[in-house]
Amino acid sequence: MHEMALCEGLVQALEEQARAQVFSRVHKVFLEIGALATIEPAAMRFNFPIVAKGTLAEGAALAIDFVDGSAWCMQCSGNVAVKRHGEGCPACGSYQLHILDGAQMRIKQLEVS
Amino acid sequence: MCAICGCGGHEHKHGSDHHDHDHDHDHHGHDHHDHDDHDHRHAHAPGLSQTRMVQVERDIFAENQRHADANRRSFAARGLFVVNLVSSPGSGKTTLLVRTVEALKAELPVAVIEGDQQTGLDAERIKATGVPAYQINTGKGCHLDAHGVGHALAHLPPIEDGVLFIENVGNLVCPAGFDLGEAHKVVVLSTTEGEDKPLKYPDMFFAADLMLLNKSDLLPYVDFSVEKAADYAGRVHPGIGVLTLSARSGEGMAAWLDWLRAGVERAKAGKAAARPKPRVALSAGT
Ligand SMILES: Nc1nc2c(ncn2[C@@H]2O[C@H](COP(=O)(O)OP(=O)(O)OP(=O)(O)O)[C@@H](O)[C@H]2O)c(=O)[nH]1
Ligand SMILES: [Mg+2]
Ligand SMILES: [Zn+2]
Ligand SMILES: [Zn+2]
Ligand SMILES: [Zn+2]
Ligand SMILES: [Zn+2]
Repeated sequence: MHEMALCEGLVQALEEQARAQVFSRVHKVFLEIGALATIEPAAMRFNFPIVAKGTLAEGAALAIDFVDGSAWCMQCSGNVAVKRHGEGCPACGSYQLHILDGAQMRIKQLEVS
Repeated sequence: MCAICGCGGHEHKHGSDHHDHDHDHDHHGHDHHDHDDHDHRHAHAPGLSQTRMVQVERDIFAENQRHADANRRSFAARGLFVVNLVSSPGSGKTTLLVRTVEALKAELPVAVIEGDQQTGLDAERIKATGVPAYQINTGKGCHLDAHGVGHALAHLPPIEDGVLFIENVGNLVCPAGFDLGEAHKVVVLSTTEGEDKPLKYPDMFFAADLMLLNKSDLLPYVDFSVEKAADYAGRVHPGIGVLTLSARSGEGMAAWLDWLRAGVERAKAGKAAARPKPRVALSAGT
């Protein structure tokens, strides 16, 4: 739904990076998206070329690494991977999870010139 | 230049058309990539241009977070308890707010920010109670962001030691991902929507600290299990608060109002604790 707005934020971040790291074109963006981030990778792929048109990232490829979130399971007393809120611990099924990570959308690397 | 938030430069749109003050801050001025005269298709062909890899580690939500942190600091300094009301369209947020501000306005400073894609209707409903309200229209945007809220604050009286309600755009999905600087997100789920919503839209119920089950007056007529809704919400968010109420009949309002009063007390105590202590030896009558 709001992937359009997120793509605008992404292009804005690319423009900031272009100034900071001195480049003028972005050819490929390596993104990491957490499974708990309310972001649909397919919608990002659809919207990015539209938003990037006429910017330094026009035509750039988008490589998305979709990663599990992580949580502390009180039952297991350990860290476990989570794919979705409310699914419970993959090991013991408990819902007593303390979410640690997984709501990020992070630029990891850029291929630029 | 954006004088209100001093934001470091990005183009943003204010929805409200009454906006006459100047903040067309397109500071990014897309001129730094006025791609000369080269042809993109050729420039992108492999081998034609020298490309390199750069490492970044930049969170896209960081920009919103910066604004949210700034809002939160300003709320804290003012002793404001700020609630971000989220739900699907029509759960009864505005009806509940009207009833809530009617109940609180005599005892506490109250203000409301309304978010909708179009119209000023909800803000008008609030203003009819005599409580100040400001409408943000997001246009195509499906959620409020912290930056827009920061600007909206400038359009409201600077209340202190009270409560600010932010009614988000009716949407159970993306407002979950945007911190506005609030103390709590409160999710409203009405009894006509089905008790499975916490499982279907888990991100929102994870983001919220309190779930209000509204339209309890309709419980006799609909198949809605309060127990199941609470259980599902608890799976998504262990420890989430649950209150059942009716914005129409007023049933259950007392517990909600008490929850708000307790929040305001915490906000006021936080402000008092953060305020620099006056020097003891201050001479009187300078
Ligand atoms: N029966 C009943 N109806 C309610 C209750 N609360 C709200 N409604 C009705 O639900 C409808 C939607 O109410 P609103 O307050 O506009 O809902 P909202 O969540 O603000 O809607 P949006 O801002 O459009 O997302 C209206 O017809 C209200 O009268 C309630 O407790 N019981
Ligand atoms: Mg409303
Ligand atoms: Zn959105
Ligand atoms: Zn476990
Ligand atoms: Zn601004
Ligand atoms: Zn403004």
